[in-house]
Amino acid sequence: MPSLIDLRRRIRAVKSTQQITKAMKMIAASRLRRAQDRVIASRPYAQRMLQVLHGLAPRVDPEAHPLLQRGSADGRPLVIIVTADRGLCGSFNSNIIKAAGQFIATDGRGPVTLGLVGRKGREFFRRRGFDVLIEQTGIFQRLSFAHAQEIANAAIEAFIDGRASSVHVIFNEFKSVMTQRLVVDQLLPIPKLEGDAVAGADYLYEPGPEAIFADLLPRYVQAQVYRALLESNASFFAAQMTAMDAATRNSSEMLDSLTLYMNKVRQAAITREIIEVVSGASAT
Amino acid sequence: MAIPTKILLEIVTPDRALIREEVDEIQLPGSEGYLGVLPGHTPLLTTLMVGELWYRVGAEKHFLSIAGGFVEVLPDRVTVLADLAERAQDIDIARAEAAKRRAEERLAKPSSDLDFERARIAMMKSLIRLQVASRARTRV
Repeated sequence: MPSLIDLRRRIRAVKSTQQITKAMKMIAASRLRRAQDRVIASRPYAQRMLQVLHGLAPRVDPEAHPLLQRGSADGRPLVIIVTADRGLCGSFNSNIIKAAGQFIATDGRGPVTLGLVGRKGREFFRRRGFDVLIEQTGIFQRLSFAHAQEIANAAIEAFIDGRASSVHVIFNEFKSVMTQRLVVDQLLPIPKLEGDAVAGADYLYEPGPEAIFADLLPRYVQAQVYRALLESNASFFAAQMTAMDAATRNSSEMLDSLTLYMNKVRQAAITREIIEVVSGASAT
Repeated sequence: MAIPTKILLEIVTPDRALIREEVDEIQLPGSEGYLGVLPGHTPLLTTLMVGELWYRVGAEKHFLSIAGGFVEVLPDRVTVLADLAERAQDIDIARAEAAKRRAEERLAKPSSDLDFERARIAMMKSLIRLQVASRARTRV
């Protein structure tokens, strides 16, 4: 039977852990708010971009641009895996890594090249001797469009010079605070754009439609990557908040049962002392 | 169809929707040169270069610095999708000055073609930002 002092010490330890998890939950919640706002703020840009692209599609030969064509046959698929830099977020990172592993094993068809965003994914895949093309860690603290541009441009370059036959991105999409959905998106070649003949009908194009189209496509890829990063960032904080909330709840349960046990032990000790006193008195 | 009297100007960057306002006149840094837009303009789609954008509401002119992107012009609506856009009053002059000095240094001793091109663009961006910022201060 553990002594009273041991139990008290144990309770104190659990309490201080609970304080930490509670604080982390609060921090995650406030960061989540900001991350969520950024996801929402980035939507108008992507939507507008898509509208314009759809308007342009019927006016140009969509096969003409290399980003729309099937990639070279000798290239390997490039898989960009977006994880977080930090842990303590439930199964957030392990889900992504598991899904990525599955994707590589089944859809990859042979060797793949990886693009790793986030420290957790890098730690996992580095040790397993994969061919890594893109590596970005520590970007989530100061996430900006420039990061997305860097990643997207590296992917575009690899795709155009034939090292990559296709580019996919795997990330956690932010559905709500409770649910994050794993998404595997094909980035390149860009999936076929459905033309909207009415939208772009009697426009003046300056320079020509082809030039604008060629200028827009890389931007579109950049915006897609940016969205993946923002969604993943928001999902991370949501996952961390949920995990820390669960941890806080578990620790208060643990505190309850420990306190109960401690009281029992205390009571038993008091009873034993009384018995000793009484039996000592009756003996004389 | 009657000619509209106002234009709804929307400026959107990847980070946020910066401006959504009814305006009377706009000037944009198009890739083929600066262009002015009044209500009732022909539908137009053009790319943008690094430059200064202004729009007028009544007698009041507002300045912004723009770096790259494209714009969709419709008779009653203008949508600017810019890589970067900053209002004149939001520009950090000290930072722009520092960026200009860095770009000058790199231009002074170019190491490769790519570096040179990047430095040139950085130089242009910082110059435009300084120019736009100075307009914010002089305006009454």
